[in-house]
Amino acid sequence: MSVSVEFLELLWILLPELLPSPLYALARLGVAFVAVMAFIVVMVLFAVWFERKVIGHIQVRIGPLHTGRWHGWAQTIADAIKLFLKEDIIPKGVDRPVYVLAPLVVFVTTVVVYVVIPFSRNLVARDINMGILFVFAVSSIATLGIFMGGWGSNNKYSLLGAMRVAAQIVSYEVPLLLSVLGVFMLAQTLSLNGIVEAQKGLWYVFLQPVGFVIYVIAGIAEVNRLPFDIPEAESELVAGFHTEYSGLRFAFFFLAEYANMFVMSALATVLFLGGWHGPFLPGFVWFILKAFFFMFLMVWLRGTYPRLRVDQMMSFCWKVLLPLAFLNLLVTGLVMSFI
Amino acid sequence: MLLDLVYATAFALGGLAFLLFALFLGSLVRPHDPSGRKLTTYECGEVPVGQSWSQFNIRFYVFALCFVIFDIETIFLVPWAVVFKNIGLVAFVEMAVFIGVLLIGLAYAWRKGALRWAL
Repeated sequence: MSVSVEFLELLWILLPELLPSPLYALARLGVAFVAVMAFIVVMVLFAVWFERKVIGHIQVRIGPLHTGRWHGWAQTIADAIKLFLKEDIIPKGVDRPVYVLAPLVVFVTTVVVYVVIPFSRNLVARDINMGILFVFAVSSIATLGIFMGGWGSNNKYSLLGAMRVAAQIVSYEVPLLLSVLGVFMLAQTLSLNGIVEAQKGLWYVFLQPVGFVIYVIAGIAEVNRLPFDIPEAESELVAGFHTEYSGLRFAFFFLAEYANMFVMSALATVLFLGGWHGPFLPGFVWFILKAFFFMFLMVWLRGTYPRLRVDQMMSFCWKVLLPLAFLNLLVTGLVMSFI
Repeated sequence: MLLDLVYATAFALGGLAFLLFALFLGSLVRPHDPSGRKLTTYECGEVPVGQSWSQFNIRFYVFALCFVIFDIETIFLVPWAVVFKNIGLVAFVEMAVFIGVLLIGLAYAWRKGALRWAL
């Protein structure tokens, strides 16, 4: 597998020599988009199966076992086909344009974020020099889509879930951004590849341990995973903002949620764990391994912790994480100006 | 810069096309029978009572205001963080004053009970 990855990477580098320039630019864009879409779909299918297996074993069950014979590997593919064949129900009372646009906004913003994710030194669709800001800016539009879904559904549970989503994501975005500032100070760049390049010797998790912890907590809250999944708490809100969505429209919310989880994991890898740096294996493999370590962490937390209450979650963000993030920033600044 | 925008736009359009194409393909094979109780919104199996577009609790606005203040502050902090190493102590002191003022604001909001969720 690693050989074929290296071959593809080589082809990717040699492509500008093989094609004339305007054609090359267009071909590169097309190939990058198709590769990213294929990656998102395959990654999500795998991640859902992975989560169900891990959570099964944590709860002393087996998880999916029959579909596709080997440990139920085809279970998520079967689920996807089932969702594809389901009737597209749009309830009567909904605010139709808002309801229809919501999954579209969420999914499209998630895809756009993948423009800057550096899978290895060269496997990046476009290394924008303000990459991190781009990620945060675009992914916060997804909040709007989620809120549209909740508002447009004309369902009490959906609206409650959507209100909570807005409050939660907006609150946790502040410590999330502040925790990342320490990395900017060390790396002196906002380009994702530049930040990975700067961690060649020492990963930033060792220089910014507090920032790393804040980032992971705020990141998990940002993608609405347990213990912060209050917006879609099954036991009180049915399914939160996507209660009224079914079939393919629901599938796209689901796809975007898992794709967003991967974005958070990939950013943690880039900012703190040295991205694609690593011995022996090619960069792409290291990147995926590190990112899936975070995916595993999220599943592990889901299997371990109970859900927080809304007021606990909000006060934890504003009264603990935010001061801690400021403190981290001040200490980093002090240390850097005197050393 | 222009190419960055081209990439972002192309990915957005591509994602849109992917979604619409999937919905179109699905419409060829899935059943279509909008009828009866299927079209009501879910409310624990009961017939929904009234509209659900209600008023928001005032605390959402308070938190939204706090968010706007701190998010704009972060926008000021980002360029500062990137060039910090070249300027050093002067930049640190100036930003410490700026953050200090905002932290006093946070302490004030805290004291006033604006950060308390449960009323």
